[in-house]
Amino acid sequence: MTDISHPTQTLGEIRTGYLALVRQRRLYSFVAIFIFAALMISGFNLAEGRNGGSFWGGIDNFFDYPVEVIAEAAGKLDEMPGHFVNFFPALVETVNIAAVSTLIGALLGILFSLLSTRGMARFPALIPVFRRAMDIMRAVPEIVVALVLIFILGGGPVPAMIAIAIHTTGALGKLFSEVNENASLKPVEGLQSVGANWWQQMLLGVVPQVAPNWLSYALLRFEINIRASAILGFVGAGGLGYELKIAIQWGQGKLDDAVALFLLLFITIIIVDQVSGYMRGKLTHGSAGQQ
Amino acid sequence: MLRLESLTKRFGAKAAVDNVSIEVSKPMMIGIIGRSGAGKSTLLRVLNRLAEATEGTAEFEGRDILGLRGREMRAWQSDCAMIFQQFNLVPRMDVVSNVLHGTLARRSTLATVMNLYPQSDIHMAIDILDRLGIAEQAPKRAEALSGGQQQRVAIARALMQDPKIILADEPIASLDPMNAQVVMESLRRIHDEDGRMVICNLHTLDTARRYCDRVIGMRDGRVVFDGTPEQLTTGVARDIYGADASFSEAATSTEIETLNAPQAVPVTA
Repeated sequence: MTDISHPTQTLGEIRTGYLALVRQRRLYSFVAIFIFAALMISGFNLAEGRNGGSFWGGIDNFFDYPVEVIAEAAGKLDEMPGHFVNFFPALVETVNIAAVSTLIGALLGILFSLLSTRGMARFPALIPVFRRAMDIMRAVPEIVVALVLIFILGGGPVPAMIAIAIHTTGALGKLFSEVNENASLKPVEGLQSVGANWWQQMLLGVVPQVAPNWLSYALLRFEINIRASAILGFVGAGGLGYELKIAIQWGQGKLDDAVALFLLLFITIIIVDQVSGYMRGKLTHGSAGQQ
Repeated sequence: MLRLESLTKRFGAKAAVDNVSIEVSKPMMIGIIGRSGAGKSTLLRVLNRLAEATEGTAEFEGRDILGLRGREMRAWQSDCAMIFQQFNLVPRMDVVSNVLHGTLARRSTLATVMNLYPQSDIHMAIDILDRLGIAEQAPKRAEALSGGQQQRVAIARALMQDPKIILADEPIASLDPMNAQVVMESLRRIHDEDGRMVICNLHTLDTARRYCDRVIGMRDGRVVFDGTPEQLTTGVARDIYGADASFSEAATSTEIETLNAPQAVPVTA
């Protein structure tokens, strides 16, 4: 930053110095590329070795199944609206699971994020405890939690909801606490100076600063959770996934059901994506004027 | 050389650049003055093809620059360097890499992403930095430099393009008076020594007077003055800025000397 650090450096020295730097950087990039290529090739060979069939031998058949599915659905195009009506309750169930679990997960995520952000935490000594707790909630896949809960509670939407909510708490808590770290602590200090308790400091000092970003992450999570709740249907949690599992396992004769279910899921996700994209755009741009 | 004819750029109903016609027959240093929002920046951005014109034509050495597409447009942008008020460097990359970005239009994506610039280009970049007096900053990150140094890196990037024309959009508006002088003198030297055309947006009168061969005044998107610095009287300046009799040139000055000399004298640099 200072001009006086190397007052006597000649142009030649600057050139040699910089070229040495460039050579070093190029060496690093080539080493990185080499490692990347080696990992890709060895990884592929390993996977290919463990594979039941052969990747190159099977790739020709890759499109056979989708073609078969679409052909059957195309043949029964007139039944499609009926399928949509039939499966609509299942769709509502799936979206419902996603909505409830996002809501519960986001509320718990807010609590965890505030408890694990430096400068805001109620119990600073316990920050690592809350962070690890969120790590664990994020690390365990929803489907594992759901399988265990279904074993304990029996099949249905409640175990799926709890499983997704746990994962959402971990994921959103982490994202929320990163948002919190960018929030200014000055308003919090101002509220502290007037004698506000911790909840008042958080709800009145932090939340107004971070709410738009929180909401934006929560909406993104809602989209992800719709997919997650559809997948959990496969292990007996009800909703679209359950119907899809039946249709796919049944195979020929019910493939048009599968196509209808896929279409419903696609349309729902596109709608949610568009609506939440619009809302997130409004939130970020709408708040720009007032910071 | 450069000929603009009824150039117009509208944003909605408002014309930011309104029916501008300018003809420049030989390389010279041109200053465009006017208050904020007069359309100076938009005019330069249209010339560099960062913004699309709504109407009108622009020709440079017989080339219709507003009609160019794709590779040809990028070739024109390479001939027509742009310097920005906020420098617009890549902050986390080192100074020489930022200067080497001036060659992007003639190099392949793969080579530039892999940082495989020819050694001759690297030498040239360091020579240009030396010419601007900042060679010692070569290996540093651009963000570690002061504003004045960053603007000189931006000028070095422009020179690396080996452009026919340099457009400078308020190059000194973010700088303190000392650095402003260094940057303006660098631009003047580039014109004098290399014979490149320099078009410079300025919002201070005395800078335009001091460094430019020709001054164009803009107001509300239209050209309201086009002449030599000598023809730029206080009355004309009041007209350009839409100011009343209380307007004094020293009030807009960024030069240190004007603090002592209320009436700035044109200096040949």
